[in-house]
Amino acid sequence: MDELSRRHLKVARKLAWGCVLMFGFGFALVPLYDVFCQVTGLNGKVTGRGDVSIQGVDHSRTVRVQLTASNNEGMPWRFRPKQPQLTVFPGETRQTAYLAFNPTARDMVGQAVPSVSPSEAAEYLHKVNCFCFDQQPLAQQEQKEMPLLFVIDPALPKHITTITLSYTMFDITPQQTDKVSLQNPDASRRYTL
Amino acid sequence: MTTLKHSVEAEHHHGPAKGLSRWFYTTNHKDIGSMYLWFSFAMFLTGGCMALMIRAELFQPGLQLIQPDFFNQMTTMHGLIMVFGAVMPAFVGLANWMIPMMIGAPDMALPRMNNWSFWILPFAFAMMLSTLFMAGGAPNFGWTFYAPLSTTYAPPSVTFFIFAVHMMGISSIMGAINIIATILNLRAPGMTMMKLPLFVWTWLITAFLLIAVMPVLAGVVTMMLMDIHFGTSFFNAAGGGDPVLFQHVFWFFGHPEVYIMILPAFGIVSEIIPTFARKRLFGYASMVYATASIAFLSFIVWAHHMFTVGMPLVGEVFFMFSTMLIAVPTGVKVFNWVATMFRGSMTFETPMLFALAFVVLFTIGGFSGLMLAIAPADFQYHDTYFVVAHFHYVLVPGAVFSIMAGAYYWLPKWTGNMYSEALGKWHFWLSFVGVNITFFPMHFIGLAGMPRRIPDYALQFADFNAIASVGAFIFGFSQLLFLYIVIRCIRGGDKATDEVWEDPEGLEWTVASPAPYHTFSEPPLVK
Repeated sequence: MDELSRRHLKVARKLAWGCVLMFGFGFALVPLYDVFCQVTGLNGKVTGRGDVSIQGVDHSRTVRVQLTASNNEGMPWRFRPKQPQLTVFPGETRQTAYLAFNPTARDMVGQAVPSVSPSEAAEYLHKVNCFCFDQQPLAQQEQKEMPLLFVIDPALPKHITTITLSYTMFDITPQQTDKVSLQNPDASRRYTL
Repeated sequence: MTTLKHSVEAEHHHGPAKGLSRWFYTTNHKDIGSMYLWFSFAMFLTGGCMALMIRAELFQPGLQLIQPDFFNQMTTMHGLIMVFGAVMPAFVGLANWMIPMMIGAPDMALPRMNNWSFWILPFAFAMMLSTLFMAGGAPNFGWTFYAPLSTTYAPPSVTFFIFAVHMMGISSIMGAINIIATILNLRAPGMTMMKLPLFVWTWLITAFLLIAVMPVLAGVVTMMLMDIHFGTSFFNAAGGGDPVLFQHVFWFFGHPEVYIMILPAFGIVSEIIPTFARKRLFGYASMVYATASIAFLSFIVWAHHMFTVGMPLVGEVFFMFSTMLIAVPTGVKVFNWVATMFRGSMTFETPMLFALAFVVLFTIGGFSGLMLAIAPADFQYHDTYFVVAHFHYVLVPGAVFSIMAGAYYWLPKWTGNMYSEALGKWHFWLSFVGVNITFFPMHFIGLAGMPRRIPDYALQFADFNAIASVGAFIFGFSQLLFLYIVIRCIRGGDKATDEVWEDPEGLEWTVASPAPYHTFSEPPLVK
């Protein structure tokens, strides 16, 4: 091989490595994006959960908390908030609930995934207790009231007067059977992580 | 070294092979360049037919000609074919033809790979177009193929689309590797980097952009493939994924991609304007640095395509200002072109007319881009015809006009014959008028709120839509004139001199017209 071909190959090899690297980088964006969302608190993911110590209730203003519920594709449960809207003082711990009913003839498990809008408010919404922390089993034809206990941090910026808390209910039943027995691999197809 | 000399000597006496096999087996940069250009023209007409179908449906409000689902397939395929099938291969074709001749190289650095990177393309597009005849129809989710439209709700043909994108990506990457290796290794003695013609410089930078982002595109379609067929959940919220992630990864590719489609255009225009202004290019070094800074900035502005997804204020502000920053190097370029023409002895042959139209109309597209960059205003413009007007202004009278300018400029060198100047001017004026009639009214209907990618619209948009459709048909059919001019020029005409134009700069004008099958077997000495 002569000198010139060797130089061509060297350039080509370096650039090919560059391509491989960038292909990997495309996939690396997936975890990077998650990390970025966690660090910045974007994407409306609630970070504050469990017990919090918030001193004092701010009686000078009220915040409207709107509760919405939706089902993920294919989820047959009837799922709705007990009260669609609450008016709360920042710092005040409030309890409400969501109602879920399993109309099917089989036992199912659901998982609710929350989202807060505006996302700026996400870090000020603390959930002391939430049904979304756990998987929710419902027997056939069973109805359940699922509690939600939350408090809004009085440090919430003044311009936010309404917070929407939305839950999407996902059907995770197949994943459960998957854990118990591996007899029905087809059912779990869409839900493996 | 002796063997190389031998082979060069031996090949010197060979002309092209005879028959069809010449085109299948060729490793000659001129043959491959010609194939790229013909292929891209065929795709230009194909995508153009789809555009005319869209415009025919939008001529009047209501549904007349095609069903909404087919309309969506048309917008999707039109975008994909024009971006990946027409504009990009045309630039690669021009690069194949001109870069070796401009830097005094005998051929591309990796000729066998060059053949391969071209011949992948017809197969990729055959696969892409075959989806139109499949059950469930062609991809209908827009050329940006946002998940979950392109995953959960996609027609079954999406898998063919994914593999077609993989193949085009491989083709582009191989082309880019070849171009970089050629420019870095095969410059004639004395051709230093800062003496490179600007077309070569802009292509070098474009090739690096391709290497950086085409793999990311391949990655994002691979994630789609896995979501659809292998049960992963990259973009599926039910499995812990996020559809917004798709937009981030896509536009990380997508924004540099739009510069891939415009930087070589800057290069072509920077070659043509000095020739017809009979002055040297004003500010050569600043042109090079401006191109490089545009390429760098293209990596940090992607989220300006997604101002409305619910980004935090900090993000909106960052992407807004970084986007506006691009106007600075672009402004430097426009200033330099104008300064080159200033007090020049200008003549207005067809390539110059297209280049001038490029400068004016691309600048209009740049300004509407600045308007879109203003995050608070973008909430109003987002996904309206204003966006359609903006990117068609930068891509049609931008990229496409520059390709036509380049084709007219170098056609005499390729064929040895002058094209018909009278017909060329007809082509230019019909295209110029057609383009503006088509896309200018879209600014107004966009500002008035007409959404894009919808086959029907409210009555108040009817007049401007009718005007735009008339313009589209003028523009579309005048491209057949271009085809006729090129074929006529290949078949005969006034013989072109070696220089073709009056005292043009560049090594390509030192070889005979038509350019012999092998040029610069002995490297020229550049002073």
